[in-house]
Amino acid sequence: MTSSTAKRQRQQAAGFTLLTVIAALTIFVIVAILAYILIRGVGAVSPGFLFTPPSNGMKAGGIWPAIVGTFYLTLGTALFAVPLGIGAAIYLAEYARESTLTRVIRIAITNLAGIPSVVYGLFGLGLFVLFLKFGTSILAGSMTLAIMTLPVIISTTEEALRSVPQSFRVVSVSLGGTRWQTVRKVVLPEALPGILTGVILGLERAAGETAPIMFTAAAFFLPRMPSSPLDPTMALPYHLFVISTQVPGMPVQIQFGTALVLLVFVVGMNLVATLIRSRARARRQW
Amino acid sequence: MVTLMDKIVIKDLYLQYSDQTESLRGINLTIPANQISVLFGPAGGGKSTLLRVLNRLNDLTDVRAQSGEVLFDGLNILEKSVDVINLRRKVGMVFATPVALPFSIRRNVLYGLELAGEHRPRVLSEALERSLTQAALWDEVKDRLDDPAVALSGGQQQRLCLARSLAQQPEVILLDEPTSGLDPISTSKVEASLQELKQEYTIVLVPHSVQQAARVADMAAFFLQGELVEFSPGKRLFTNPRDKRTQDYVEGRFG
Repeated sequence: MTSSTAKRQRQQAAGFTLLTVIAALTIFVIVAILAYILIRGVGAVSPGFLFTPPSNGMKAGGIWPAIVGTFYLTLGTALFAVPLGIGAAIYLAEYARESTLTRVIRIAITNLAGIPSVVYGLFGLGLFVLFLKFGTSILAGSMTLAIMTLPVIISTTEEALRSVPQSFRVVSVSLGGTRWQTVRKVVLPEALPGILTGVILGLERAAGETAPIMFTAAAFFLPRMPSSPLDPTMALPYHLFVISTQVPGMPVQIQFGTALVLLVFVVGMNLVATLIRSRARARRQW
Repeated sequence: MVTLMDKIVIKDLYLQYSDQTESLRGINLTIPANQISVLFGPAGGGKSTLLRVLNRLNDLTDVRAQSGEVLFDGLNILEKSVDVINLRRKVGMVFATPVALPFSIRRNVLYGLELAGEHRPRVLSEALERSLTQAALWDEVKDRLDDPAVALSGGQQQRLCLARSLAQQPEVILLDEPTSGLDPISTSKVEASLQELKQEYTIVLVPHSVQQAARVADMAAFFLQGELVEFSPGKRLFTNPRDKRTQDYVEGRFG
């Protein structure tokens, strides 16, 4: 073996080690955050904490209205963003020919994804809360979150649709299928796991956002449950923001307990998405 | 002697794709009913393109210019007003690579009828057995019709695709190198079914070799660079071609 080969092998080993360390670092950061919040917050979590409203100026009691509120907001976001996002993606992937129009749409989607979330909040305040007179409400908050979520849903859905082999479409059309029959019977079922993953990842982001709901949906303190879509609501991320910055003398354990619940909510959704994806992969037959 | 009816008459067909490649240059060709017409020649000659004109599958590709007429039972199918869906039900197609849709064997075969909105169980079960039998696949799959179609071997999948296009009883079947990926045994099964099928259907085949062309052709058309060089009964074309270029190709001097 020449010495230059040995040198190259040493370089390769060093490079490998470096990359492994970098990869391990990212895992370390995630585990550290999860562990830290788990350790500091797990003591606060009890049935009483989960299922009762806050009391004593939020320094005691639980977070039930915030849990319910985040659930409603996520559901409302899904109601608006999912049909709109999937519809737009089907148009882009299956119907539109490449043109100036589709290029403009794509640029718009990319830019939409890059807008800071607080700007969505202000936009929602202007359009939904004030102009359309929805008031500070679940409806206004859901719509604001839906607009923010759209780019994620559109681009992941479009990608899922494009990953379905073109030959499936050609066969379906050659047998006398219309474009819509082809999409509905062949393309959509094949793309569904990918679409669901994208939808869940989008909603997960919506569930965790504070800024878009700050001016459009969230109530500082509201011990009763919202009774209509036009009611304001408490929500986990905003509640966490409030009790971390706005309430003097707040017990630290409640703050971390709230953070833990939010984290479980979001990580749980992520796990569901991963599960759907891996099960679909195992089932895939082509 | 059976009189030959003209099923498809192609008049002065020109076609050019958007990427400037000229694909068909003034094709005049009459495809007789209930015969196997073979379109053969070296790659890029326009055979597949012509096949895709016959059921308007070229609508999915970027065709820049097209002129001429394709008369199907006397009706010009290149007209904008033609009911393309209906045309594709009458003109079935089998591709070089078998594409089993991600369904069961049963649903694959009946997919065309499903698209047409056929629900009557008796019609469906009749079509299922008839088309799988015609494609020489019934005995191999009759006990596992609800298994996923992708579990079938390549040769079985290709016969499944043939059965799928037969299920809605088309008038014409287009086959684009249907045996290119198959072993000799599967190939001879497909070729044997074609001989049966021509009793009922008009068959247009792009073969995957000159030998196959010679084996199955009632009528043979030799294509070279977008032009139809010669179109004659198979026996004559392969033994006594009129054109020098046909002779050179058939004898393996180029291509």
